Amino acid sequence: MSQEHHQSFLTKYIFSTDHKMVAKQFLLLALAMAVFGGFYAFLIRWELAYPNQPAPFFGVVTPDKYNVIITLHGTIMLFFVGMPLLNAFPSNFLVPLMIGARDMAFPRLNMASFWMTFVAAILLISSFFVPGGPVAGGWTGYAPLSASSEFTGVKAGAVLWILSLALIFIASSLGGINYLVTVVTMRAKGMTYSRVPLTVWFLLAAAMTFFLAVGPILAGAFMLLMDNVFGTGFFLPGKGGEPLLWQHLFWFFGHPEVYVLFFPTLGFVLDISAVFARKPVFGQKLIIGSTVVAIALSFIVWAHHMFQTGMNPTLVTPFAITTILISVPFAIIYICMFLTIHNGSISLEPPMLWALGFLATFLVGGLTGIFLGAAGADIYLHGTYFVIAHFHYTMFPSVFFGGYAAINYWYPKMFGRMLNKTAATIHFVLTFIFFNCTFWPLFIVGMGGMVRRIADPSFYPQFSPFVHLNIFATISAMCLIATQTIFLWNFFSSMKNGKKAELNPYQANTLEWLAQSPPPHGNWGPKLPVVTSGPYEYSEPNKTEDWHTQAPSYKGEASHG
Amino acid sequence: MASRVKAADKRLKEQPKIEPAMLGILLFIVVEVMFFAGLISSFLVFRLSPIQWPPAGQPRLPIEVTAINTVVLLLSGFVFYKASQVLSEDKKGLYLSLLSLTAFLGILFLATQGYEWVHLVKYGLSASSNVYGGFFYALVGMHGFHVFGGVLALLWVLVRSLMGAYSSKQHLGVDLCRTYWFFVVGLWPVLFGLIYF
Repeated sequence: MSQEHHQSFLTKYIFSTDHKMVAKQFLLLALAMAVFGGFYAFLIRWELAYPNQPAPFFGVVTPDKYNVIITLHGTIMLFFVGMPLLNAFPSNFLVPLMIGARDMAFPRLNMASFWMTFVAAILLISSFFVPGGPVAGGWTGYAPLSASSEFTGVKAGAVLWILSLALIFIASSLGGINYLVTVVTMRAKGMTYSRVPLTVWFLLAAAMTFFLAVGPILAGAFMLLMDNVFGTGFFLPGKGGEPLLWQHLFWFFGHPEVYVLFFPTLGFVLDISAVFARKPVFGQKLIIGSTVVAIALSFIVWAHHMFQTGMNPTLVTPFAITTILISVPFAIIYICMFLTIHNGSISLEPPMLWALGFLATFLVGGLTGIFLGAAGADIYLHGTYFVIAHFHYTMFPSVFFGGYAAINYWYPKMFGRMLNKTAATIHFVLTFIFFNCTFWPLFIVGMGGMVRRIADPSFYPQFSPFVHLNIFATISAMCLIATQTIFLWNFFSSMKNGKKAELNPYQANTLEWLAQSPPPHGNWGPKLPVVTSGPYEYSEPNKTEDWHTQAPSYKGEASHG
Repeated sequence: MASRVKAADKRLKEQPKIEPAMLGILLFIVVEVMFFAGLISSFLVFRLSPIQWPPAGQPRLPIEVTAINTVVLLLSGFVFYKASQVLSEDKKGLYLSLLSLTAFLGILFLATQGYEWVHLVKYGLSASSNVYGGFFYALVGMHGFHVFGGVLALLWVLVRSLMGAYSSKQHLGVDLCRTYWFFVVGLWPVLFGLIYF
């Protein structure tokens, strides 16, 4: 089944059903969309530090443009950068390779999933060219702002935004179904569930969480579309509708969604920690059990996003309790991560740096979440920059530290060449510094009472003490964005000029390192690998080598030259 | 250790193999169930609130016709079940007529629903004047859309059956279509009970 057949440019690079090519398409889409998202981040920060001064490459960020920009920044970063980068790209690339399959269960569905995502991105961008411009009601699309054009003046833009999101949600759930079916039905011989690497486990956890949570938001999107197109009033109080209903539907999906963007990174970090600390992952089964508990709880915490909205106050206490409770399974996973690297022989290769950076920064995000989960503190903090800082201390480490960890770690397998290690290290150090300098001040600004979602802080004299911190955060953010060019240069130039990668440059156990770099169509030689051991058997006593592959009998391509 | 490895390998071999496409369609139905759960809960937020339901001046919903139509749809599910039963006994002729009957009943259901919609629009049940009308069209319309998708799948399977693609040994396409059809059939009585009473 390992085919070396000739393919035209179109079937090899564009309408490819090869899981590795689909993965690379998702990766490139995520990087391209991150350029947009990053540019909007720059404009937001510029306006907050230098209100009403023309921003470079753009001009003055007027309040109406500011509303558009914050909406698109959120939408793009979460759904068009986070999900492709953390779910679609690694699931496509790694799931078949790590379980010893030749491709996905449904390769054509896989291709369809990418092109639906692509069309969704085009729909979103095309909203710039319709009368009224793109949607401006915030990335959460709160009704009634999103349900009727009378508030923001946006009509067609809102419809395009809804269609775009509905399409990417459908594409992602089809993708998720594909990953799950692949793991259930296509594992190599001997690949029992306890031998499946945690990266695959967590990618599945993310896929499952996503397609369990996505139904209600699709229902909400359908109703929002009817409000916009057919004039129904589901979310419009003037027509007897209920704007809070949208928030319930949105956050019922929205909270599990943040775990969708967080689980894959846990998997990467655990796998990378084991390899670069030369130790087995601590408490593999405990981690999986905690994840199951976290998934279950993630469906009953959503209203903590709504403590201030005027929802029934009786509900506040139960939701505050579940919210605080959900930190228990995550704390267990976190402790397992620390115990995995504890006493290991750590080598600070770039993937490990990103993994350690994730541990350090996400901890801040996780701990500040407890303040927001406690309803009393939340009522003061929720409307302020404290929430922005908390959110970015969770999402930035998940999406970017985790994403960069994965790209750095699997780059040799994807492209057959190594990234430039010096550039990768500098990229990490600068990103780590500037990320903290950007978002740490926002905790202080937020606790001081500066409210979010306003374009021009100079309009409010009570925010004048925060001017210097805001300028500091903005300069740091600009440095943070500029630093990413180091990565882009490294990523693209190493494809051509990087050092040739060995099959298994890190001496890792998992199956993907047995395949060629990059693996051919069909992944494996004439015979599939047969798995005889778990993924984390590092530094076993009484052995000469500190690692051994999961499938020692695998012969590779050698048999047919 | 080696014996444990062997035991694990043996277990893996003995596991009944799940057809990937069947697992895929079941997971897809899970997403669909969550979708309708979202719509139905939104409906219940209004239905169970103290506001008057239905609001004054709304046309009466055609309970009797729709009840008969419900029976039609349930019958189509039963006929499909019978069809795949006779397919497993390789009674091809009977199978084809039963499958055609299923498709016919599905189309009849859709046509009746459409006919009732036209009447309701004429009698002044509008989607935009209040939430009551909005939910009627949203729930019934979304279900109808799914039945339409199911009918298309049915017709596709019917064409493939006429070409002789299925037998007692090879019937995955029929099974997938039947699973999905059971979902749209099973959903309707729930919606009927919620909306019309």
